[in-house]
Parts: sequence; C-alpha cells; structure tokens
Amino acid sequence: MNKKQKKVLVRIIVAFVLLVILSFVPVEGWLQFALYMIPYLVIGYDILKKAIKGIMNRQVFDENFLMAVATVGAIALGDYKEGVAVMLFYQIGELFQSYAVGKSRRNISELMDIRPDYANIEKDGEIVQVDPDEVEIGTIILVKPGEKIPIDGIVTEGTSSLNTSALTGESLPRNAKEGDEVISGCINMTGLLKIKTTKEFGESTVSKILELVENSSSRKSRSENFISKFARIYTPAVCYGAVALALIPPIVRMVFMGLPADFGTWIYRALTFLVISCPCALVISIPLSFFAGIGGASKEGVLVKGSNYLETLSQTKYVVFDKTGTMTQGVFEVSGIFPAALSKEELIECAACAESYSSHPISKSLQKAYGKEIDKNRVTEVTEVSGKGVTAKVDDRLVAAGNGKLMDQLGIPYTVCDQVGTLVYVAVDGTFAGCIVISDLLKPHAKEAIDALKKAGVTKTVMLTGDTKRVADSVAAELGIHEVCSELLPADKVAKVEELLAQKSEKEKLAFVGDGINDAPVLSRADIGIAMGALGSDAAIEAADIVLMDDDPLKIAKAIKISRKCIRIVYENIYFAIGIKVICLILGALGIANMWAAIFADVGVMVIAVLNAIRALFVKKL
Amino acid sequence: MKKTYKIDVDCANCANKMEEAAKNTTGVKDATVNFMTLKMIVEFEDGAEPAAVMKDVLKNCKKVEDDCEIFL
Repeated sequence: MNKKQKKVLVRIIVAFVLLVILSFVPVEGWLQFALYMIPYLVIGYDILKKAIKGIMNRQVFDENFLMAVATVGAIALGDYKEGVAVMLFYQIGELFQSYAVGKSRRNISELMDIRPDYANIEKDGEIVQVDPDEVEIGTIILVKPGEKIPIDGIVTEGTSSLNTSALTGESLPRNAKEGDEVISGCINMTGLLKIKTTKEFGESTVSKILELVENSSSRKSRSENFISKFARIYTPAVCYGAVALALIPPIVRMVFMGLPADFGTWIYRALTFLVISCPCALVISIPLSFFAGIGGASKEGVLVKGSNYLETLSQTKYVVFDKTGTMTQGVFEVSGIFPAALSKEELIECAACAESYSSHPISKSLQKAYGKEIDKNRVTEVTEVSGKGVTAKVDDRLVAAGNGKLMDQLGIPYTVCDQVGTLVYVAVDGTFAGCIVISDLLKPHAKEAIDALKKAGVTKTVMLTGDTKRVADSVAAELGIHEVCSELLPADKVAKVEELLAQKSEKEKLAFVGDGINDAPVLSRADIGIAMGALGSDAAIEAADIVLMDDDPLKIAKAIKISRKCIRIVYENIYFAIGIKVICLILGALGIANMWAAIFADVGVMVIAVLNAIRALFVKKL
Repeated sequence: MKKTYKIDVDCANCANKMEEAAKNTTGVKDATVNFMTLKMIVEFEDGAEPAAVMKDVLKNCKKVEDDCEIFL
C-alpha cells in the first residue's frame, strides 16, 4: 500500500470504530447529530471538498458530488448512521479498487520484467557496467551467469544454457555455444558468455517486445468503448431518475390521490438511486479484465497488441496456416531409408559421401543423418549432374545419388518409391541400392495443435503452402486439416485469404498464422494475424496482431482459449454489474431495497467484479 | 504526431473523463487514456505545438477531475 492508501485505511478504521461506538451511545437530537458528524467528516471530508470543486467546475455528475448529495441527504432526513455508512463503504470500495488495480499493475509489469539494466564490457582489462543504450554494434559484451543478455548478438566465447521463459513461457533451457545467435532478454544460467553484439539496444528483441507490450493497451476493445459510453449515459440517467422519484410520486399522491405527500420516503428512495448511480464497478472491471488477460497471455509467451485483438481472437472460427515454419520445422531431415541392396547405414554412408562436396540443404541433411565426420579423401571424381544429382567414386565404388531422372540417365533400373518428400535414389556400381526420403518434418505438437483448435471451437482449418500438392495433401491428411491449397505464390495466399474472408459470415473471424517470413501481407489482411516463432523477426512483430514468442503451434489454441476466458469474464462483469444495479434501482424505487442494499450494489458489486477480472490473469491451466 | 505521457489518476471513470477532456482540446486530433497502464497517448493535429497543447489538455483535465496529473 502506498502512503495515500494507508492514510485512507486509517481514516476508515477510525470512522468505523466511531460509528460502532456511536450506535451504542443513547443520545438524541442535536448532540447525536454533532457526534455523528465526527466520523462523517473523518471519512468524507475529501469527498465533500472534491464535490464543491466539482460544482465550481460544473461537473454535476461527478461521483464525489453524487456521494456528497446522497450522504448529506440521508443525514438531513435523520438517517445519520446510514449517511456515515454510505460514505464509509464508498471509501472502502475506493481503497479496495485502488489497491487491487495497483497490485495487478505491479504483478503484470513484473511478468514482463525483462528490461536489462546494464551491459558489461571490457575496458582496459577491467569489466565495467554501461548503459545498454551506449553499446555500439560489434562490441564484445560479457554476460555472467544469472544476468540477462542485454543486446542481441553472436556468442564468441563460452557455452551456457539460457532461460528463455520470460520471453517464451517455455521452461526448458536453450543451449548456447560459440557461433550461436542469442537474443536479448534471455537469462544466462550456467557459464560466462562473451557476445559480439549484432544490433543496437533499441533494435534488440527485448526493446521491441517491451515497446509492443507497453503500447498494447492503446487500442481499446469494443467492450471497453461500450462501457465508457454506457457510463456517460448511465450516471445522468440515474440522477434524473432520482430527481423524478423524489418529485413525481409525492406530487401525484398529493394532487391526484389526496394522500399526504410523504416527501421523506421518496427522497430517501431517490438518495438510494444516487448511491447506485456510480458507474465504478463497470468502468474499472472491464479494462482490468483485458489488462489481466493480456498480462496472463504474455506470461505464456503470447503477446497481444491490444485488447481489441483479444476480443477478435475470441471469435475466431477460421484458422488459416502457412505450412513451412508453422506446421513444419522448415528444416530438411532424412525421414525414411529404404535400402534395396545394402544395409541402411551403408546406404546413408554412400549417399552422404557422394554428396559431401555439396552445400545443398539435401546433402546437409544426408550428412546429418550419417552423423559421422566424412573423410573427404575417400571421395574422388565427383561430377554434379545439374538438376539431377551427383556421381562420385567412394572407396573405389562408383556411387550415384540423385532423383529418378539421374537413374534414367544412367540407365539403372530402380523401384519407384511412393513416399512423400524429396526422394534420393542411390545406385552403387550401376546397381540400384535403395532410396532415401528427405522431408520437412512436422513440428512435434502440430497434430495436437490442430486437435486443440478443433476442440476450442474452430470450425475450419485451412493450410496454404507454396509446396507441391503431394507433400501438402499428405501433411494436411496427417494433421487432419480441413482444406489445403498448394503450389501458391505469396500473392496467391493473399487472394486465397480474401476469398475465405468473403465466404464467412461477419461474426466469424479468420486468423492467419505464419512465421512472418514473406507472409506479412497476409498477416495484415486477415482479421487477426498471428506470427509465430517471432523471436528475432522484426517484420513479423510489426505486421502481426498477436505474436507467439516460441514456435510451438499448440500456443495458437492456447491463445484462443485465453482470449475466450478473458472475454467471458468481461461479459460476466458487464451483465453482473449492470444486472445487480438495475435490480437494486427497481427495488429501491419500490421501497424494498434500502440504502444498505444500494451500498452493496455500488461497493459490493465493484469488489466482486474486480476479483473476477483478476481471474483473467490465471491462464496456465487452459 | 503522437506522443505518450505518463499520468496519475485514481479512478477508472475519471480516466475516461480525462480522455474526453483531452479529445475536446483544440490542437488534439485524438487521445486515448489507459487507466491500467496510466498512460495518455495524444495525437496532435498538424502544426500544433505539443507543449502548448498539453498545457491546455492538463487544464481541461483538471476541470473534469481535480485529482489528476499529467507528467509533461
């Protein structure tokens, strides 16, 4: 609690104790009034002061003014205890609200506490701490165990494991060794690292993310705009209602029914209106829910650029994916070895050796599958047959490795392999030896991710890819994706997304998920653009509305679930707060609800709505 | 031109009032007040002098909510 809050707390306690004591003191008349004025002024002097200032500034519907009128009115009617109690509970509510809001502000800023305070550089043999802003590109910085990496760069010395959980929500540490690129914001856990910076601090990942998070709330959601508009109408409406309630029924009774006016009762009822007229519960709980939702999401490595996007995401029914880098790893790997003559190991060895002089991704994946260092002296007479493959002499054996066309050209009969992917046929000394299948591997959670999406209520999943139809269809079938469009150029993807946008109804939203590499136009065209694996990709962070910090596709469903939970809480709060207030207004007008009920409608509802809003922060188990 | 200012205000509805007051100040094209982050983002009209406009914004905000502050 800060100083201001502590002061209010002391006043609340003093006023409460006085109020309790006074209710046991048998005094009457002016003395009673004078005694009750003590707790009233202790608790309410600032409200009264603000109310007077408000009148001078012509702010009649200011909540301080309303509270002042309601309590002064109650006291004037002789309901001293209720007058003081209304003020007391109003202050309790305000205190609670400011405490809860302050607490969640701190909690959420702690979640995103990734800002590095300093960078270590070596100067004249000594290590000095400098402001990360002052470090130039190409400087060697030192990061000790337990410190944050302040600036993006490449490791030049040392090995360590890095904790990326503040950025990605992923708890498994990443390893970093010499030559690896590392990003700022990670925590160095085990060893000393020397890093050569590749960016300025302002351009580093950590700065980009902080900028994004800090500006995230400037875009307000429809619910927030609705509430602020509602508040603008609600308070005056209830106040006019109160005036009408104080005047019309007594006049009607007097003039038309010949009954006594009974002003006291009707003014009392009108005052309960004023107590309920404060829109606080609504106005605080909606942005607080969104704030907590965005905060909870960022803890899970899902960065949302504004509460409006959280709202749109919750209505997502169509999810369109890019294939490479989103559902697949975008790295080629040997996924199948089908020997015809040799053993698997020999087959891989022959192919890897024959391809050892090439730097093509295919040959790299072969060498990786072989796993051992290749003695290049074993390989002679290498001939590349452009677009077909390679022939080479490996340990006096003539090895040919390439596609079907190479086998045809050499006149070697071979069995056509029906696997999906890039096929490498291998022949040794003119005889077909087997086939190696190389494919872009699916991400470990790709299938679960699609299932989770379907479970989360996504009705249609579409995959767009530039890859061949055969590969695309097989991936789609394996994952259970509804629709697939293959052999697309980047521009075709935009057209396809526009076609889908036209198909669906206005209420169903379309999300596009890509890795941000050359799909920025699609990301911005979709209702919601989700960029994944965005660590270090500035273009994706710029273009997307939602950024998944790591590249796990399961996070897509998670993000949708987080948004649904947040929006559900928002609606709960809207209906609950408005509902209770309306009920209390009606009951108050009928004389069933007294001022105590009105206090509940004001303060109680606010406390409950705020507590409910904070629930949006807890998203771990979704 | 857009600028972000840190603000201090106690209640959410007051923040909304500040937003309205800022929006209605001459020289301000649009304004957003975020109660949760305690920030005011002001978009100025072309040719407006931010420092001068912000003085008016603060004055107007003080009118609707006495207990507020904009850190200029």
